[in-house]
Amino acid sequence: MDQQELRDLEARCIQEEPPRCQAACPIGLDARTLCAAVAAGDTSRAWAVLLRHMPLPGVLARICDHPCESQCLRNQAGDPIRIGALERAVAGVAATRARVLPMPKRAGKTAVLGSGLACLAVAWDLCAKGFAVTLLTGAKTLGGRLGEYPESLLPRAAVTAEIERLASLGVTFETGLDRGRLDPKRLLASFDAVCLGGDDPASSHLPPEAFDPETMAASEPGLFCCGIGMGGGAYSPIGAVAQGRKAALSIDRFLQKVSLTAGRAGQGRATRLYTNIEGVAALPALAMADPEAGYSSAEAAAEAARCLQCQCLECVKACPFLEHYKAYPKIYARQIYNNAAIVKGQHTANVLINSCMLCGLCTELCPEDFPMAATCLDARRDLVAKGKMPPSAHEFALMDMEFAQSEACFLARGAPLSPGEGKCRRLFFPGCQLSATKPEAVTAAYAALREIFPGEAGIMLSCCGAPARWAGREDLFDASMARLRSFWEDSGRPEIIAACPACLNMVEAGLPGAKATSLWEVLDHSDLSFPKRSSEAALAVHDPCTVRERTQVRESARRLLSRLGASCEELRFSGKRTKCCGFGGLLSEADPDLAATVGSRRAAESRADFVTYCAMCRDRLAKSGKRVLHLADLLFPGPDLDPAALPPVGVSRRRENRARLKRTVLREIFGQSPPEPGAGLILHLAPEVAAVLEKRRILEDDVRAVIAHAESSGKKFRHRQTGRFLACHGPANATFWVEYSPADDGFAVHNAYAHRMALKEGRS
Amino acid sequence: MSEIIAYGAPDADWVCAACDRPLAPAPATLTYLGSDFAVTLMRCPDCGLTLISEELALGKMLRVEKLLEDK
Repeated sequence: MDQQELRDLEARCIQEEPPRCQAACPIGLDARTLCAAVAAGDTSRAWAVLLRHMPLPGVLARICDHPCESQCLRNQAGDPIRIGALERAVAGVAATRARVLPMPKRAGKTAVLGSGLACLAVAWDLCAKGFAVTLLTGAKTLGGRLGEYPESLLPRAAVTAEIERLASLGVTFETGLDRGRLDPKRLLASFDAVCLGGDDPASSHLPPEAFDPETMAASEPGLFCCGIGMGGGAYSPIGAVAQGRKAALSIDRFLQKVSLTAGRAGQGRATRLYTNIEGVAALPALAMADPEAGYSSAEAAAEAARCLQCQCLECVKACPFLEHYKAYPKIYARQIYNNAAIVKGQHTANVLINSCMLCGLCTELCPEDFPMAATCLDARRDLVAKGKMPPSAHEFALMDMEFAQSEACFLARGAPLSPGEGKCRRLFFPGCQLSATKPEAVTAAYAALREIFPGEAGIMLSCCGAPARWAGREDLFDASMARLRSFWEDSGRPEIIAACPACLNMVEAGLPGAKATSLWEVLDHSDLSFPKRSSEAALAVHDPCTVRERTQVRESARRLLSRLGASCEELRFSGKRTKCCGFGGLLSEADPDLAATVGSRRAAESRADFVTYCAMCRDRLAKSGKRVLHLADLLFPGPDLDPAALPPVGVSRRRENRARLKRTVLREIFGQSPPEPGAGLILHLAPEVAAVLEKRRILEDDVRAVIAHAESSGKKFRHRQTGRFLACHGPANATFWVEYSPADDGFAVHNAYAHRMALKEGRS
Repeated sequence: MSEIIAYGAPDADWVCAACDRPLAPAPATLTYLGSDFAVTLMRCPDCGLTLISEELALGKMLRVEKLLEDK
């Protein structure tokens, strides 16, 4: 990412766009902050906001004609905030003696002709910029039309106070001058710049013949104007002040001899800020007890509290990851850019970069489609390319991927019993996670596919490479895809039927040209019959984030659920706006605590049991304690009476399951006899021992393997009193221990347990 | 790393079936997900066959496994 790309990216996040009120204000008053301060009863902060933006705040705050109010978003949920009245209330109680600090004195003598509000604003701004200002008027008193306001609204003292402040800042006032003294062309001989005010009746005959409304510059160089077009009922105090401000800025530029126009285009443009007001209750404006006096402080606070404090944060509100880092994508883009720019020193954004779930919800919600996932994924690839990716960041997931692709688990076969050796028209790709968590569902689904497509369905047990892609390891992803491609080509370019939506996306990305279909779509379109669901309790459908762009898969899943007789409810965030379970993008590797938060928050979105159709979602949500079903639990029920209550499957168990699935498929479907240690051993288990095995999730095949190993190697312990044997065997990840004794035709099993830690070889 | 005594009295009831020898405490290393732990386990002095009891497997070891898996 270069500087320009960063700026383009930052510009897509609209959180820092001004609120509508501020965008509508000709001088950009920050009314949102003003409201916050007033609501909090913090008058001095409220006054500071006015003082920062407004010339003569003691005057303007009382009489502003508030174009902001017509744009206020509150208008769509009640009445607009009465910002004008709030300003007036602040001006009425604030310690209005706060000083304006002038800039250091600068060369340049300026004259302002007229003393209306626009002229006073010009004088205020020029003074604040450090120029010498002389204000000249034919009138005897200063203020022009300001004198027309009732005392109750604009006390004469308030006008006087601001004029005195101008005087104390060094503005020279010359009043009651005759026409001769007010000739602008003559004045230009003794001043560097002159501004004519049109809103002072004593000077209103003076507007120049032509001027540029963008810069307020008249055709004569050095001559500017303000307060134009303010005659009769058209008088707008904020309009007059805005003209004055423009003129003062132009005079500043004129005196600096720089362009009057550069960089000024686009001032006052419409804001892009989006604020969601869904669920905001309508509230009317607060009525004033005494309309003539305006809001009391208490009333003002109550009225200001209605302010919606407009901001976007659509993505942050929906994503615990974006929320966790306490900012928003514009800031994150900068942090990610800086992280990449660091040559030496801490890469402080690494965890941020590695924590994005890459689920795309933020982009879906963003009015400007900010590409957070793509930004984080690019940053990961960049870290990998530079050798700066922390090795621990995705190590475990990549190890697991490697195991799923290893000889112990990998299997690729054409359709069984088909005439073309190794060929198939459909290739079932159940994915490594369903294989790891629900191997029985894989064999059942494969049986279903062979029924739907007789003689056509092959199978491939492997990992699609999604962890590599999410880790920024394109090399490993490409290798995974190359292996899939090779078998796909050899087997006759079959349609790939994937159970896991992530696999579907990976195949689409890595194997263009291959037709890839979701298992759930295939089952939906089949006429297979499935068992009816026994419970009538509604299930909340959790769409995996990987089907955000796959409407048909989502619809197929729902039709299948309806065929099963399941009544379903929709979560608020579902379909295109579904939320990630916490596994996406390998968040659970980068920040397990945050991943757990993501899972539990999602789980809490409905009290109903969840149903989903991604093995990882099922596991991550179950990890939070949620009752979650996998669609496969309903389509292909196993022996478990309450599959929603099953705990998540542990790391080692997952590996055992994958390895065992390969052996099962080879043996049961392809009639091969892979080395199955202990096959055929007859076991005798008392019911209480069988219960222990079940609880500890130790299979009888595991026990057979241990006994077979012990009996052939002789490696076993013997109990001094009972004579029973104790032996262990750890073919893959777990080590199983079995206490047993020989029985007539086989072995009696007395106990079994397992552990995942391994005894390191070579130390004795 | 301090050595953890990871065997109990019941372990002494087992003998190595192949060597027919009583077991004796011996240093060993347990490893999981890249972390090593030094322990003392009961072992056959002849062939080195090492015992991990049910109590150890489902107690201390399980707790460490869970800690490491969640890390």
